[in-house]
Amino acid sequence: MIASPDVLQAIRAHGESGYPEEICGFLLGRIQDGTNVVTAIERVDNEQDANRERRYLIPPDAFREAQRAATEQSLDIVGIYHSHPDHPAQPSATDLEQATFSGYTYAIVSVDNGTARNITAWQLAPDRSRFTEEPIRTEAPA
Amino acid sequence: MSTPTVTLHIPTPLRSATNDQATVNATGDTVRTALQNLVERYPDLKSNLYNDDGALRQFVNIYVDDEDIRYLDGPDTALTDGAEVSIVPSIAGGRSR
Repeated sequence: MIASPDVLQAIRAHGESGYPEEICGFLLGRIQDGTNVVTAIERVDNEQDANRERRYLIPPDAFREAQRAATEQSLDIVGIYHSHPDHPAQPSATDLEQATFSGYTYAIVSVDNGTARNITAWQLAPDRSRFTEEPIRTEAPA
Repeated sequence: MSTPTVTLHIPTPLRSATNDQATVNATGDTVRTALQNLVERYPDLKSNLYNDDGALRQFVNIYVDDEDIRYLDGPDTALTDGAEVSIVPSIAGGRSR
């Protein structure tokens, strides 16, 4: 994925403000030459009822709202981000089991003791068997 | 009476299977037959929408106009000409422990 430093900072800030619970949201932007170019984020409430420090849920109505917000900015939803409080920024078995479509960027920010650490990005393999890490480039989109 | 033609809204990552089109037309009397028509025309969509048992994947939600078909008649929800049918993922995950 390609994202500006501002976008990455906004994901970190969201992760910190929601700590110790998991936070989640959408990556908005465009697909350019097969790469997800992220120019904005859209925060979403974690609607998971229990275990919110280790689970997140975005129901379809929230997806539709985010889609409308993206369309108003002439953008598309190109990915999802969530935080791993006190846990590495690696997709978990739960992330793989519950993954949605291949082609989205899945960004994860680790938040250690309230401070955001690294952000990683992942792509679900087309056969849904695993996540592969996707490089994050920070140059400004053309 | 001819079979209804509906507009299907395709999520961003699936548009590689629909020649980069965000919306495509399909025909069908019900959601089930319209989706069948869709995957016949764009076969790369099939494994994204359906599991190996031929059921819609758990995270795949279908809306007809602004209603989730779960609260209508599910895949048997009847379609009328010009209906807007959206494929909407629900998203979940989280660290393991």
